[in-house]
Amino acid sequence: MKTFWQRFLGNPRVIIGVGWLTVVLIVALFANFLAPRDPFSIVASPFIRPSSAYWLGTDSLGRDVVAGLMHGARTTLLIAVFATLVAVAFGTLIGAVAGYYGGLIDDVLMRITEFFQTIPSFLFAIVLIAVLSPSAMNLVIAISVVSWPPITRVVRAEVLSVKSREFVQAAVVAGQRDSAILLTQVLPNTLSPLIVTGSLLVATAILVESALSFLGLGAPNQMSWGFMIGAGRSFLRDAWWLVTVPGIAILLTVLAINLVGEGLNDALNPRLADL
Amino acid sequence: MGGSALARYIVRRLLQTIPVVLGVVVLNFLLLQLAPGDLATVLAGEAGGAPKEYIDQLRQRFGQDQPILVQLYNYLRNLLVLDLGYSFRQSAPVLDLLLKRLGPTLLLMGATLLISLLVGVAMGLLAALWVRTWKDNVISVAAIIFYATPLFWIGLMLILVFSIKLDWLPTSGMEDVVAFNEGFARVVDIGRHLVLPTITLSMFYLALYARLMRASMLEQRGLDYVTTARAKGLRERQIITRHVFRNALLPVVTMAGIQFGSLLGGSVVVESVFAWPGLGQLAYQSLFARDFNLLLGIFFLSACLVVIVNLVVDVIYVLLDPRIRIG
Repeated sequence: MKTFWQRFLGNPRVIIGVGWLTVVLIVALFANFLAPRDPFSIVASPFIRPSSAYWLGTDSLGRDVVAGLMHGARTTLLIAVFATLVAVAFGTLIGAVAGYYGGLIDDVLMRITEFFQTIPSFLFAIVLIAVLSPSAMNLVIAISVVSWPPITRVVRAEVLSVKSREFVQAAVVAGQRDSAILLTQVLPNTLSPLIVTGSLLVATAILVESALSFLGLGAPNQMSWGFMIGAGRSFLRDAWWLVTVPGIAILLTVLAINLVGEGLNDALNPRLADL
Repeated sequence: MGGSALARYIVRRLLQTIPVVLGVVVLNFLLLQLAPGDLATVLAGEAGGAPKEYIDQLRQRFGQDQPILVQLYNYLRNLLVLDLGYSFRQSAPVLDLLLKRLGPTLLLMGATLLISLLVGVAMGLLAALWVRTWKDNVISVAAIIFYATPLFWIGLMLILVFSIKLDWLPTSGMEDVVAFNEGFARVVDIGRHLVLPTITLSMFYLALYARLMRASMLEQRGLDYVTTARAKGLRERQIITRHVFRNALLPVVTMAGIQFGSLLGGSVVVESVFAWPGLGQLAYQSLFARDFNLLLGIFFLSACLVVIVNLVVDVIYVLLDPRIRIG
């Protein structure tokens, strides 16, 4: 039997995904260092084609596309990761409480979860941002509000299967408080599906953030990939690279996260991997 | 299964949708309260400022001086008779605006559902039949890439290639309004406009269905009834078409129903890219006009559509799978 790491890193798709994500992470972390100027600052004349001075050219206002991409990586990743963390925290809380207590609490909480799964989520995110006004904080709120239900379902299902096991009953008999049992006995056992679902959620969050920024609902004064595509779309005919390049960045990043997430799933559930 | 049992089932499912619709209404109302500036201040602002007495008078006319629960009650009562309010930006009742835009959106949804299901199921089926060959790999990799592609971006790329560079298809709109096409010519014209938005919106979903179909086919193929069918001497082709395919299709149908809400969300982006005159584009316009009545009306209508589609899918499911007992 191979270990988790052997299965995980022995998967060529995971290596490709991890490779690209490492590049994006480094760029996002060191954006201020690699492109010290404000990405909104005008550095040259507009619509310069990709050249040695400006690798990916300049946009309609003469802003450097490479600098935009680097700072955009940072904005997009930060918002997506924070939104996912909030969604995972909230979803885990609801799912754990629903699964552990069961009965009426479970019924009510699951009806609410179903409700949030039924309403058109992207439209709901748009409505939320429109009402709350666009900002990085509100993007995080809107994206997490529409992404927590799958987490809740995963955690609830796991809690239901774990809570009748003997080690949990032992903890009950030993007099541990509910919160302690949930945190120390039940939740650690839900970790692996939670990690898989959570990692795939980051990819969805990036897509939602980009789409919102593309529509002009992104964080103001923060460069992001979706915003760059939105700003470039009017000049598609003459400067196609302004739209093409940030889109490829989104595509590759989302793809990389999906590959890593699926690799995690296969490595954590080796019996299902053959399917 | 008798027709009356099915009718009872539909009625019961209809009753179950009431809380969802009510929930959306209450959510809408709360969001309206959260929205910056009420109608009276907006109107006063439009007029370039107004004395406080006038604003108070406006509030009284709109019922905004009432306690919040009374306002909620009025809002609910209005919705019951399908009064979704008035769009002061577009100078028309919200319901009229929505109904005018519903047709194009349903056309785009229908075409997308058809294409993504047909192509997705075919891709998944073929990948499963060719499992672990290079053909399976090609299909699976394509599905993974489509799955990660941002809708709005692929839409712009398709415009770039097929409209700008090759000049095969129109860039935007639903029909060539200055051509005054009639009859069949008009149908062809709308069809040509429909191609790119449909492909754009289908990409993600066909990838989803392809992956689901492949996994579902492989799962079904390992089950006991397949062994039985093989043991009684059925040919492989019959086993696949008669038994495995039908059972494997069920999760895909469920998923198609679940995804309808997200399809509506995706149409906002796609319609704004292609200037498709549907609900999504109306949502995009109302967003920037800060026309909350209209935006929330669209949200309400979309939620109702989702509920109806889920109901229809459930009924189809019962008809497809006799094992599901109702009543």
